[in-house]
Amino acid sequence: MANPPDDAIIRVRDLTVEFGGGKTRVLNGLNLDVKRGEVLGFVGPSGAGKSVLMRTIIGLVPRLAGDIEVFGVDLGSADSDARRAVERRWGILFQHGALFSSLSVRQNIQFPVREYLKVSERLLDEITIAKLGMVGLKPEVADRYPSELSGGMIKRVALARALALDPELVFLDEPTSGLDPIGAGDFDDLVMTLQRTLGLTVFMVTHDLDSLYTACDRIAVLGDGKVIAVGSIEEMRASQHPWLKSYFHGKRARAVVT
Amino acid sequence: MNGGPALERMTQGDALALYASGPWTARYAPDLEVLVGDIEKMNSQSKRVLIDVSKVAKLDTFGAWLIERLSRSLALTGAELRIAGLSANYSTLVDEVRRVKETPPPDREPVTVKATLERIGRSVAQIGDTLIGIIDMTGALLFALWTVVRHPTRFRLTSVVHHLEQVCWRAVPIVVLITFLIGCIIAQQGLFHFRRFGADVFVVDMLGVLVLREIGVLLVAIMVAGRSGSAYTAELGSMKMREEIDALRTMGFDPIEVLVLPRIIALVIGLPALTFLGAMAALYGGGLVAWLYGGVEPEAFLLRLRDAISIDHFMIGMVKAPFMAIVIGIVACVEGMLVRGSAESLGQHTTASVVKGIFFVIVMDGIFAIFFASIGK
Repeated sequence: MANPPDDAIIRVRDLTVEFGGGKTRVLNGLNLDVKRGEVLGFVGPSGAGKSVLMRTIIGLVPRLAGDIEVFGVDLGSADSDARRAVERRWGILFQHGALFSSLSVRQNIQFPVREYLKVSERLLDEITIAKLGMVGLKPEVADRYPSELSGGMIKRVALARALALDPELVFLDEPTSGLDPIGAGDFDDLVMTLQRTLGLTVFMVTHDLDSLYTACDRIAVLGDGKVIAVGSIEEMRASQHPWLKSYFHGKRARAVVT
Repeated sequence: MNGGPALERMTQGDALALYASGPWTARYAPDLEVLVGDIEKMNSQSKRVLIDVSKVAKLDTFGAWLIERLSRSLALTGAELRIAGLSANYSTLVDEVRRVKETPPPDREPVTVKATLERIGRSVAQIGDTLIGIIDMTGALLFALWTVVRHPTRFRLTSVVHHLEQVCWRAVPIVVLITFLIGCIIAQQGLFHFRRFGADVFVVDMLGVLVLREIGVLLVAIMVAGRSGSAYTAELGSMKMREEIDALRTMGFDPIEVLVLPRIIALVIGLPALTFLGAMAALYGGGLVAWLYGGVEPEAFLLRLRDAISIDHFMIGMVKAPFMAIVIGIVACVEGMLVRGSAESLGQHTTASVVKGIFFVIVMDGIFAIFFASIGK
């Protein structure tokens, strides 16, 4: 709210993350800015640490060195109240949905709302149905359990849960993986619609070239523990970096462009 | 914006104007709900209503929905409605929530006599299902055993050894400690009460018979049911949840042969071994207390023990152990295979596995008691 419109909503400086007590250095002095209101696609070879970066920003993986600022709050030095305030303003879609298996869809979506807001059951139910509608699901799904949903529906419900508190920032970890091309395309449209209507900032880890072309404003590429390139899809395509060249000019990429 | 949201109303003749201002966002949802509720309750008779949202500083789904809810309830009174001052960005949001249909009520089953009776009936029927499940599993297990006997190369020795380490070797410290303590307690209580009749020395008889025939095997079986039965159920259950068992089946493996048989063989070997160790630890603990607390010298204790008990007592205890192992193993595996998708289901079946395992162990012990009594041992 206090930030000017083009201010960085996430600012990562010299981030270093190690696993196994220094045996493997996953991120090595990484710098990244995510601007307010943009959809940033994050790509890189499998195992390069894309998910690790996301999990480090949201505080699930401890870091060795570096600073992470989200909404202008330094998460390293923030006390638990400040952290909670930040956590309330973001929503996270995990790769496999991470829906609570013992709660119904309705309860899953209402869970964060109940925790933070004192509102009536009626409003809770209405908001649940509204969120389900936004992610393209029918109200009848509300009383099903996660084990009774298909993979695509799980992702949609998980997105609805991530959006339950109307966050300003959404992290999506491979949102279209495991969806059929039509479903994936719908999901991209959905992300773009939500981004427009709610003014979301989206941090998306993805491998889906279609998503990169249609949904993302900027693309960041991770390699050797650093961000090796940031820019629009045209800049990525013009890049001479070998991995980028094979990624954006490979067989699959050509199929997307033509 | 001076803090919270506001909704001012102005009446002019038969026209009502509502001016919304401030942040209409999730954070202020409780206040917003009150504001909107007040207007709804007012039950306005106005013919024309204007909702002006131009001063709204920030709007999200919560705010948009509450405006939509307000306009819907006003529309019900038959008023002519107009929303003014909606910026282009926010109007897409309002359009989005406008598509929301009336909420279906959540399914909440009413508590009636009939529903309660039905639940009781279903629980009773489930006892039958458990028995059928156990018989089913026993059959499948025997079939798998027969397959392995015919094709010994399909026997999974590595798996058996692995489970033997888990259920037997790693259980040794806790089993020995607990049985040792129970032996101490039995001896101490015996001495304390028998001393009044001057029958101190019969403590050795009681300890020997009790530990070797009953307590040793029963205590160890209950501990194993709690320790390994629950582990079996949780392992198989989570494999079932993640479709690992389905994967095995589609690769042409029999999950009973690959997963259940090695576990049960490990238990059948492990439980008697633990029973033996447990019985020895209990006798040692009892002897120690008899010596230090009751003044019975170790030589005297051993002599008396040799007179008081026969090999039969020891054998009866040991014979029961493998049967209890089979019961614990089968119950645990049946429950594991019954786990469905949710974490809650895993918890329920793990609990059921331990409870039923202990129950069947005690029932089994009772049946053995009757059997040995009738053959005069």
